[in-house]
Amino acid sequence: MKHRPLPVAVGLAAAIALIASLSVAVAGTKSQGSTARTAASSYPAPKVPNAAAIKKKYGGQKITFVGDSVGNGHVRDLALAKRFTKDTGIKVSVVPHPAASDQAYSQLVRAFSQKSSSIDVAMIDVVWPGAFAPYLVNLKPALGAQSKIHSAGIVQADTVGGKLVAMPWFGDFGLLYYRTDLLKKYGYSAPPKTWSQLFSMAKKIQDGEQKTNSSFYGFVFQGNSYEGLTCNALEWIASAGGGTFVSGGKSTINNSKAATILDAMRAQIGKTTPRGVTSYQEDQTEHAFDDGNAAFARNWPYQYGIGATAGSKVKGKFSVAPLPHGAAGHSVATVGGWQLAVSKYSKHKNAAIEFVRYMTSKAVEKFDAITNSNVPTIPSLAKDKQVVKTNPYLKPATANTPRVARPARFLGTHYNEASKVIYQGINQILNGTSAKSELPSIQSKLNQILKQR
Amino acid sequence: MSTVATPAPVPRRRRRRGTKLRRRQTRVAWLLLLPALATVAFVAIYPLGKTIYQSFTNQEFLAGITPTKWVGFDNYFGPTGVIHDTIFKNAIIETIKFTVITVTIEFALGLIIALVVNSHFKGRGLMRAVMLVPWAIPTVVAAKMWQWMLDDVYGVINDLGIRLHLISHPHAWISDPATSLAAVSAVDIWKTTPFVALLLLAGLQVIPGDLYEAASVDGANAFQQFLRITFPLLKPAILVTLIFRTLDALRVFDVFAVFFGNRPDTQTMAIYAQSTIVGDGHVGYGAAVSVAIFLIIGLFVIIYVTINRVTED
Repeated sequence: MKHRPLPVAVGLAAAIALIASLSVAVAGTKSQGSTARTAASSYPAPKVPNAAAIKKKYGGQKITFVGDSVGNGHVRDLALAKRFTKDTGIKVSVVPHPAASDQAYSQLVRAFSQKSSSIDVAMIDVVWPGAFAPYLVNLKPALGAQSKIHSAGIVQADTVGGKLVAMPWFGDFGLLYYRTDLLKKYGYSAPPKTWSQLFSMAKKIQDGEQKTNSSFYGFVFQGNSYEGLTCNALEWIASAGGGTFVSGGKSTINNSKAATILDAMRAQIGKTTPRGVTSYQEDQTEHAFDDGNAAFARNWPYQYGIGATAGSKVKGKFSVAPLPHGAAGHSVATVGGWQLAVSKYSKHKNAAIEFVRYMTSKAVEKFDAITNSNVPTIPSLAKDKQVVKTNPYLKPATANTPRVARPARFLGTHYNEASKVIYQGINQILNGTSAKSELPSIQSKLNQILKQR
Repeated sequence: MSTVATPAPVPRRRRRRGTKLRRRQTRVAWLLLLPALATVAFVAIYPLGKTIYQSFTNQEFLAGITPTKWVGFDNYFGPTGVIHDTIFKNAIIETIKFTVITVTIEFALGLIIALVVNSHFKGRGLMRAVMLVPWAIPTVVAAKMWQWMLDDVYGVINDLGIRLHLISHPHAWISDPATSLAAVSAVDIWKTTPFVALLLLAGLQVIPGDLYEAASVDGANAFQQFLRITFPLLKPAILVTLIFRTLDALRVFDVFAVFFGNRPDTQTMAIYAQSTIVGDGHVGYGAAVSVAIFLIIGLFVIIYVTINRVTED
């Protein structure tokens, strides 16, 4: 064995690497398993109505559903798809979409532009129907009647040119999560009303807690350069009286109120927030808060259910409030939410429509609200006692916070591009650039995009 | 070795195309080359041609919303063309910085490692296998792993640094613009140095051992041997390695995508092209960006090949 040939070495290395990467993957799923605290077992997925008739017509067909990936969303999708397949014989393969919604958007753009039949049902963001309408099936003939039980405002957003291109699935709005035990410990009787109150409370609690937990920080939110930051920034700016990015066909983001609140946020990075918060998305936010490493968090309602289940470190120790506001404004919450749509290029449109019918039914939305703490898009369900009991954020104090919408209807197919300009610019500010030097360029780029329309 | 036939001096014939045999051979050669040529045309020339064509149009990804028109050189030299695009300019600078840093360090470390594992010692085979492990791990997996290790709150790097009193408080290596390029370069160096070492090792192995024996007999020391034997004979392998690595580094996508997503100040050329085409849906403009990237990379190839020619003469 004087000269061990190179190929042997390469092969051996590849084998070791494969094992190493597999162990990383296993470690990944393990940690996910322990944090994915699911309550699905206690509340079974509802039966499919008229299952026999559907089975007779479409049984045996296969459809692909591009679904949720944040929190326990994928677990819920799998449970519902399993039930649907059992009852109707329609096989549903569930594929989680990328967690950053702008990447999920890109995935659908690719599929639609290639006229791909690989996606039958897709979950689409509340800001996308305008861009995707030409590629989606009009659901009005089949699901028009069912759409009437959903919130009229959302149904209207899903209706493009008289066609119902998507069905409301679950709603979303921004909430402030706070640790009730820590507020009490540090002598606060109520959650913060203004951003400056939040910062000073976060500082005091962090200073105290870091003595025993070096991973503890005051406040976490979605600061990564992605769609979630557009949602967060909209709340900061609108709640400080700085407008909602676009008004009267022109961008309004370059104003002194917006600059003040953005600079205030920039000053908190690495002080009352982890320095790395500028790369946080929803999951990192939720993990920090539910692992007991944050006093305050901005997130969507889904986090409530995860925090309230048995495995969570903050079970019974947290509550929700409207997000704080600036000196001159009032609390607001960015409207989010997800719809289900059927692709025009689907080979099994009718089976896909039946799946959407089931997924957006009252029984399934109740299941989702109770097991996954998502906001029902059916107003009567949002008042249902059992639903409100598991989702206290549906009580008027938080549920009635005025909503602000991202400027999708002014931008249509250019929304994603415009949102990128916003979140990239804001991310630069959070990473150290002053708002004054960044906002004019965001504004002029937005105006350029608005002109393209 | 009984009969050694002295070869008859072959009269140097002028190249003639005319002979029947030669014509037939040429025909056969073309025929045999055809599958390869067709493949190259299909996978390289056609997409490149199509990209160049698209770069002269205003095509959008979700077609049917705006009809595609021919716009001439607007995507290149128009008021919003590639040459005025400050974000793209920033991406070019970022990518070139990354390329220079990583290729230099990878080459230096790779050469040292190759020389070490080329020498004779016990357990050399195992060493060669172990050194390749980082390279064999899929890039995205490696990047995710490092992202966790470099995290400011939970990362092991900060923890180690504090325990060893190298740093006083945790640092956000990836998020802080001051260290993000260094962080991403470190990961690429960790991952790709083994590949560089492997290519150089292959080059070292074809250098005949008796050259060194002769040099030793002549009294040349190790350094002289390296300078006069190893380096000149390794040059072809070095050139191939540098070209491979440079081109790879210039079109880097994965580590940056995992580390920074859509962060504007750390975009590479490839990420900018991808987000222009798929994210914004501007196929025409994105094609112009891609052609610009093609030209930039082409420039580097020309530089390398020229250096090679000049030093060979």
